[in-house]
Amino acid sequence: MEFILPLVERAGPPPLAIDTTLVTEWLVSFLRAEFGRRKFTKAVVGMSGGVDSAVAGFLAERALGPRNVVAIRMPYRTSSPESLEHASLVIDALGVDSRTIDISPAVDGYLTMEPGADASRRGNVMARMRMIALFDLSAKYSALPVGTGNKTERLFGYFTWHADDSPPVNPLGDLFKTQVWQLARHLGVPDIIINKPASADLTQGQTDEGDFGISYARADEILNWLLSGYEPDELVVRGFDTSEVELVRKRLSSTHWKRKLPTVAMLSPTAIGESYLRPVDY
Amino acid sequence: MSHALNLAVVQFQPNKGDRPGNLARFAELFPVIMGRTPRPDVVALAETVLTGYFLEGGVHEAACTAQDFANDLNGAFRAGCDGMVDVVAGFYELHQNTYYNSAVYATLGGDSAEVLHVHRKVFLPTYGVFDEERFVDHGLDVRAFDTRWGRAAILICEDVWHGMTATAAALDGAQVIFVPSASPARGAWPQPDEEVRGPASMHRWERLARDRAEEHGIYVVVTQLVGNEGGKAFPGGSVVAGPAGDVRTRAPLWDEAVLPVTLDLDDITRARARSPLLADLRTMLPHLVRSLKQAAAETGATIDDRANPRVRG
Repeated sequence: MEFILPLVERAGPPPLAIDTTLVTEWLVSFLRAEFGRRKFTKAVVGMSGGVDSAVAGFLAERALGPRNVVAIRMPYRTSSPESLEHASLVIDALGVDSRTIDISPAVDGYLTMEPGADASRRGNVMARMRMIALFDLSAKYSALPVGTGNKTERLFGYFTWHADDSPPVNPLGDLFKTQVWQLARHLGVPDIIINKPASADLTQGQTDEGDFGISYARADEILNWLLSGYEPDELVVRGFDTSEVELVRKRLSSTHWKRKLPTVAMLSPTAIGESYLRPVDY
Repeated sequence: MSHALNLAVVQFQPNKGDRPGNLARFAELFPVIMGRTPRPDVVALAETVLTGYFLEGGVHEAACTAQDFANDLNGAFRAGCDGMVDVVAGFYELHQNTYYNSAVYATLGGDSAEVLHVHRKVFLPTYGVFDEERFVDHGLDVRAFDTRWGRAAILICEDVWHGMTATAAALDGAQVIFVPSASPARGAWPQPDEEVRGPASMHRWERLARDRAEEHGIYVVVTQLVGNEGGKAFPGGSVVAGPAGDVRTRAPLWDEAVLPVTLDLDDITRARARSPLLADLRTMLPHLVRSLKQAAAETGATIDDRANPRVRG
């Protein structure tokens, strides 16, 4: 008598693989609906030269057409020249209009009064300055800013609060970074952008994975299990590295506040967002 | 076909909270739908089709009575059409000082609409992306009802995820179960079934419709809402399953669509003759009811046999 092993040993979270054709249709439909509802036809996309903004640009171009997308490059004087070049590759591939706004004078203007600001504070000033520029240009072009934050960085709190996360429409926020890479390949984002190490480019040589202490591939796997209701020790039993699980858990559970609006003191039985509840599109 | 039911499944994208605007669109659509040959006997619309689904506290502003909703639909119908048609449509209902997620079955074309049945959603999803129980109350029963062409029942969205509800409707004589739904797309991973495109949740829906239909030898008509509501996409994918579990028609993803389909009600007879599962169930029902009562008693609940049954636990 032969023993037949089970097809599935243990249930797990949903796969990280995505149907890229389906996701493209889904997100293009989302963008068209959101722009239509808000009565906008044009988008401004901050184009950093990284894969997230490239994918957001490709999706916006598909949803709205090349004439309705303006890519905004916003380098600081220490930004890598490569980032600017890679942003140009996307702009050229899409045939969209672009603007380049050097944020150095504005950022340095403030920092002359705070010369002791460390790298983290300087990075936050740059991120917030970019949003000032993006929102101002959105008013100039009667356009809506498109967000580019992915699910991994949102779950890690790896963004500047009320800066990178502030655009009102974000097609990528429920895609892990490894899923953004899958989508980028499908959309035809230049390989050089997909294959380079992800970086916020706030300081020279900085990489996301270096900042995290874990690769996106491992982080996404662990996040996917944790978000699906598995406890850290259950992941360790399944062969995940204890220190990596703890690193991810810590980042996740210490940044819930960053994914929320400001905390408001509740005094009445009609507090907004607590008792008085209306959806964003109502 | 000796007993043909001509159906138009209308996969509609409502403008959020815009009752007059949506009714105006119905008025535009009715002549188009009714102009087809064969002329539809029944127009099937989705859950909360009058206002959109995710209203939160906006339910209080959007709700109306079934008769008012049916009369509004009647006005939209009569603006461009003669004759009569039946309609199944979901809406937020205000009934006896209580809010429900309901669907009405009404005959349009007269001076006022004739409401034949109102189903109040029994199973209110309150998990994940859903929060229905916070804003509306549970319906308490599932019943079939007579129409001009035969006997029907309505289940709304999660109602049909529980096998027992379709069983109750089929035992009560339903030939067609209408399932107005508003199911946000979830699950972007690749699916093994090449025939059905779409999110994982859509695959689950099609499996459900086919299984419920085949188990009971009935038609199951799932009409999905379509469109985006604040980042939540209703992908469409409405589907009609025949009494042998076969797919009769399927709507596209993402877009509005009208699915005209003629159902041969005699297929129900043929399917039940080949696979008399419903007859078997009817035979064994007294025993199963006893088992249900025992199971309920063991959980501390009681099944009240009075006119307005409610399980208390």
